[in-house]
Parts: sequence; structure tokens; C-alpha cells
Amino acid sequence: MSDTARPAEQPRRRSLIDSLEIDTRLLGMIAAFAVICIAFSVMTDGRFLSARNIFNLSIQTVSVAIMATGMVFVIVTRHIDLSVGALLATCSAVMAMTQKAWLPDYLGLELGHWAIAPVAIIAGLLAGTLIGAAQGWLVGYLTIPAFIVTLGGLLIWRNVAWYLTGGQTIGPLDENFQLFGGINGTLGVTGSWVFGIVAAAVAVWIVFSARRAKLRHEFPVKPLWAEGVLAAGFAALILGFIAIVNAYQVPLGRLRREFEARGEVLPEGYTEGYGLPYSVLLLFVVAVVMTMVARKTRLGRYIFATGGNPDSAELSGINTRFLTVKVFAIMGFLCALSAVVASARLTNHANDIGTLDELRVIAAAVIGGTALSGGLGTIYGAILGALIMQSLQSGMAMVGVDAPFQNIVVGAVLVEAVLLDIAYRVPTVRPKALLFHLIGLPILIFVAFGWLFALIAAIVAVALGFAARQKGML
Amino acid sequence: MVDRTGTPLVEMRDISISFGGIKAVDHVSVDLYPGEVVGLLGHNGAGKSTLIKCLSGAYRKDAGQIFVDGKEVDIQNPRDARTHNIETIYQTLALADNLDASANLFLGREITTPLGFVDDAAMEAETRKIMGRLNPNFRKFNAPVSALSGGQRQSVAIARAVYFNARVLIMDEPTAALGPQETQMVADLINELRKQGLGIFLIDHDVHAVKRLCDRAAVMKNGELVGVVKVDEVTEDDILAMIILGKKPEHLAA
Ligand SMILES: Nc1ncnc2c1ncn2[C@@H]1O[C@H](COP(=O)(O)OP(=O)(O)O)[C@@H](O)[C@H]1O
Ligand SMILES: [Mg+2]
Repeated sequence: MSDTARPAEQPRRRSLIDSLEIDTRLLGMIAAFAVICIAFSVMTDGRFLSARNIFNLSIQTVSVAIMATGMVFVIVTRHIDLSVGALLATCSAVMAMTQKAWLPDYLGLELGHWAIAPVAIIAGLLAGTLIGAAQGWLVGYLTIPAFIVTLGGLLIWRNVAWYLTGGQTIGPLDENFQLFGGINGTLGVTGSWVFGIVAAAVAVWIVFSARRAKLRHEFPVKPLWAEGVLAAGFAALILGFIAIVNAYQVPLGRLRREFEARGEVLPEGYTEGYGLPYSVLLLFVVAVVMTMVARKTRLGRYIFATGGNPDSAELSGINTRFLTVKVFAIMGFLCALSAVVASARLTNHANDIGTLDELRVIAAAVIGGTALSGGLGTIYGAILGALIMQSLQSGMAMVGVDAPFQNIVVGAVLVEAVLLDIAYRVPTVRPKALLFHLIGLPILIFVAFGWLFALIAAIVAVALGFAARQKGML
Repeated sequence: MVDRTGTPLVEMRDISISFGGIKAVDHVSVDLYPGEVVGLLGHNGAGKSTLIKCLSGAYRKDAGQIFVDGKEVDIQNPRDARTHNIETIYQTLALADNLDASANLFLGREITTPLGFVDDAAMEAETRKIMGRLNPNFRKFNAPVSALSGGQRQSVAIARAVYFNARVLIMDEPTAALGPQETQMVADLINELRKQGLGIFLIDHDVHAVKRLCDRAAVMKNGELVGVVKVDEVTEDDILAMIILGKKPEHLAA
């Protein structure tokens, strides 16, 4: 059983990225995101990276990002959930009806009562979790493929939502409920700084306590400076984001109205930043909890083991059927959370809420590196994937790209992300992927910029093709 | 010499299981005493793996009884087998390829912190300890097991079976993926474990190895038990004849 005469791993000079031990896929995603941001920023004279737009972008991303974290678990266990958009609609309908009809009509709570928002939210979360668990039971115990169960669910829950509300738009929703929508509920400047500093401190503490645990067991660790860079990077990211959302000013008209409501007059020269939206805070909490579940709990360990090899997981004593129920129940719970954010942002429940979200959520998870073959995926990747998609869409809207073309681009980006992922993992696909891009990119450039640029691109592509051939890559 | 006067550690009595009309195991009875190694032999498809999967909880038998320490037990799934200290090294190894060695070693039995979180550091430390004993050259503690060689993967599967104080060890062709040197290490391990009083079911194609390592050999053919013999009382040719002809040689039949 010894590894026959294999020399001990040779110490080699470690590159910067090696030392930091950052996953190259993550770097790729960050690079893609940076390119998108810079490109749109140039095209919009910097408006794309204004405090206002970053604030809006973060709010728009929350709903899909929350669900995408759950989709990671679903796809990691080799399933799929096509019903998330429809389930979001049903949960939203349940919450809207609870606060506008059922509580006032049956329990006699008047509109605006403090208990309305919490009860409505709990009702929605229960509905989402139960429906998710039921779908998981059909998949796990009755062995119906998840594709079919949730395709049925897509039709069923979209129309259950319709029935619950009689097809009507329900609104305006409860004021406290609306706090989760984004711009109507923010932490304010001071609160945001307090949160940011605490979060940054915790991030730094986590990096170094993980290091200490390794040292205690005498495991190899990265160099101290690498940990320092990593910790500083996390802290800078958090505090930088807080600085941006604090820089986004509440409009004067709104401030004046708020002061008048309190019977005061707006002082001359008074300004106020929005600060961190509660919805983004919620996403942050979901991200932390889901990451903990994935990495630090048995449940998470079993989810990944089952995705890697279902038979082995079963032989190791894991109840994979019940695990399926749990995974879909978590997905349902997160759909309900997203429903809170989505309907609060719109300030009402409408029939088409969450339409096509299943595609955005699956795309976010997949762009974020979740492998459809199971066993691989990260929570932060899915959130970054959601952010990339939302940035693309918002950016194109700001630049004035037609709506149909926006969707064409998003669809193409999804396919492209998976292609790159496969090329990254499977060496034999690489030449074909390279060829595909050498032919495809000039055509794309022709469509977008006309024949002159296409000609240049084609010449470059042919040259690259020959170079690749000589290097044996094609 | 193994003492076979007391109650057997494990007794499988009249086990049957079929898959869609094919009788994979047909009324087979074998037993195993503490400190004993029983070899299971037979052609491919004879039903060896299926028989031991009834004991390990991977399959549920259609009929028959299983006794541990003389008491009848009900093994419905792999967890039940593990609670009776029955550990298995499957022919397929049953590793989760995307997880690292220590996650695989503790899969289903993770060490947790007082707050209930998995304690990766503690598990890695334990893994380093046991691998240091079983496969001192093993280094890849943080790589997914898909990145390991066949021998390394095998040693992870073996470590998982012996770490948790097994009393009954099932080894389904444990040396199939190994070179001669590694095969010898498995043989040494089997001898060491039997001295500690474990009972071992060893499925192996190599009659020579079975004769050297085992106390008794049970031969199966087409799902049926041909017979159980003490290896000291037979020749390799006798065992081969049982495997091929499917009946005990005449001078043993008495
Ligand atoms: N899960 C299963 N489904 C259907 N047939 C099976 C299954 N497992 C084993 N068999 C059948 O049972 C017989 C015995 O197989 P097995 O126990 O793997 O043989 P061995 O391990 O002795 O080579 C074979 O005919 C095999 O095809
Ligand atoms: Mg077999």
C-alpha cells in the first residue's frame, strides 16, 4: 500500500496566486465581473459605477442571489428546481393575502398593526418550506426525476398564486413589510458603519482563527503575509461597499417629507446617506449561514458527498432520500425569503412576480461554478454569478440595448459560462472550445459592430488559429 | 488455531436474495468466529458481493437470518451494520470522489465540535495518524480522492473500515487495484487484525492468497454455496475444483 517509490512532493517556487490559495475559477469570475463593470462604466461616463447605481444593483441582485444559494445545494445533489420563480409567486401571494385579507378579515387585525408583517412573513416561510419539502419527497422517496416534479411545480405554483389572489394585484403592502424591499428600509450611515466594522473584524478573526486551528494540529499553513493580504482584502471589500451605500444621498424632497411627518423643518444644508439596505443585510446573513451549512455542518458534508457519489453516500450510512427532502425544503424556504424581498421592493404582489426567475437562479448558480454533474459548487460563487447577471442586464439597459437583445445576451452568457467551465475541467474539450471561439467571436463582432471590425477580428482569429496549431493546441 | 467451540461472531443462515428472477444468492449459510479469516471464492457473478452486501446493509435479504454474537439482528441499511461494528471495504471502494481523505474516512460519523459543527482539523489529525500507520507515504490530505492513485484510494477505504473499532471486517477484493508490494501490506494488516480478535470475510480471486491468509474457505457458484472447507485440510487444486465444478471433491465429501 505504500506509494511505490514516489519521491516526496518537491518544494517548488510558489507563485503569488498559489501562496494566497485563491481558487483560479474565483479569479476568473472576479475578472469577468471587473471587465463588465469597467466596460459599462466607460460606456455610461461613469454612471454605472456611481453610488446610486451600485446601491440599485445590490438591491436588484438580492432576490435572485438568495435563491441561487439554495440552488447550489439542489444542483450539487444532482437535481434541478425549475419551480423557484413560481414558488416565489405562491409565497408572495400567501404573504400578501395574509396581510391584506386573511388577518384583517378573520382575526380582525386592523391594517398597520405591528403583528401583521411578522405573521405574514412566517406564513410565507412555512408555505415555501412545506411546498419545497413536498417536492423533495416526490423526488427522494417516490423517485420522480426532479426535472419533472419541478416542471409540474412551475405550472402548479404559478397558478396557485393566481387562485389565491383571484388574479388581482394586492397592495400596497404593509409598511413594516416594505422595509425589506431595499430603498424603503436602510440601516442609515452610522448603523451601516457599525455593521461594516463588526463584519470586517469578524472576517479578519475567522481568517486567523482558522490558521490557529491548523497550527495547533501542526498542519501546513500559508505564509503569514498571505493570510494578512486575504484578511485585508475581505475587510476592504466590506468597508468599501459600506462607504459606497453611505455615499448615496437621500433626495431632499424625501428628507423634507420625513421631517414634516415628524412636525419638524428640514435644517438648511442637512444631508443623509441611505446606508446598507436591510435586504442586502438579509442576503449577507443568508450567505454566511448557507456557507456555514455547506462547510461546517454534517448536512452540508452529506450534500456534497451525495452529489459526488450517491451510491457511496448511501453505503456510508447517509439517508440520501431524506437528504433530498431537506435540500428542497431549504430551497423552498429561500424562495419564500426572496418573495419577501421581491414583493416588498415592488410594494405589492402582482401575478407575474418571479417570472423567469428559475432561469436567472439556475444561471447564477452555474455561472458561479456549480457543476451540473453534481458535487461541486460554492455559495459565494452563486452570489457572484447573480451579481454578474444583474450587472449585465442593468448595464445593457443603461446603455440602451433593446430588451430582446438583452435576453439574447444573458442566454448566450449562460451557455458560454458552462462551456468555459467544461473546458476548464476537461482537457479534451479545450481545442474544440478554442475553435468555437475563433469562429464565433468574429461573427459576433460582425453582428454587433459591422463588417470592418469583423474583418480585423477574422484576421486575428486566423493568425491565432495558426499559432495555436503550431503549439499543438488545435 | 481458531477456537470454534463458542458462539460465532457472525452467522448468516439460509440467506436468499434475487434480482428480478435471478437468484443471486440462494439459501447460503456461513459463519465467522473471532480471530478467524474466512475466504469467499467463486467465479464472477457467483454472488459473493451480493452475499456480503446483505451483511453490510447495502442490500436487504429476501429470506434468511443473521446472528451477531448468537443474537438475531435486523440489518436494514448500512447504518445498522455499523452499529453492530460490521465494517466493509467495498469492491468499488464507495468513496465520495469530490471529498478529501479525512472527509471520506469520517463520512457519516463526523467528529463535531461542542456546537455541533464538523471539526475538520480534528478529523484531519486523526486521518494523519491512521494513515501514518497504514500508508506512511500518503501525503495528499487536502486533495479530493479523485486525485489519488488506485493504491492510495484503497488505503483510504481500508483506513475507514479499521478506524472505527470494527469487530467484523468485510473485504471485497481489497487487492484488486494493488501492486505486489501493496498486496503484501494488506496481507500483513489482515494478520495483525485477526490477532486482535477481529473476524474477517475476505473475497479474493487468488486461491493461493486465500490458502495462505484464510482459516476456512467458502466457495460459491451460481448463487449457491458449494461448500466450506478448512484450508489446511485441502489442496489448492481441491479448491479450484470446487470453484470450477461446483461440487466438493469426493475425498472431502464425507
Ligand atoms: N443490484 C443488482 N441488480 C441486479 N442484479 C444484480 C445486482 N447485484 C448483483 N446482481 C446479480 O447477482 C449476481 C451475483 O453478482 P455478484 O454478487 O456481484 O457476484 P460476484 O461478487 O461473486 O462476482 C450476478 O448475476 C449479478 O448480475
Ligand atoms: Mg464482486
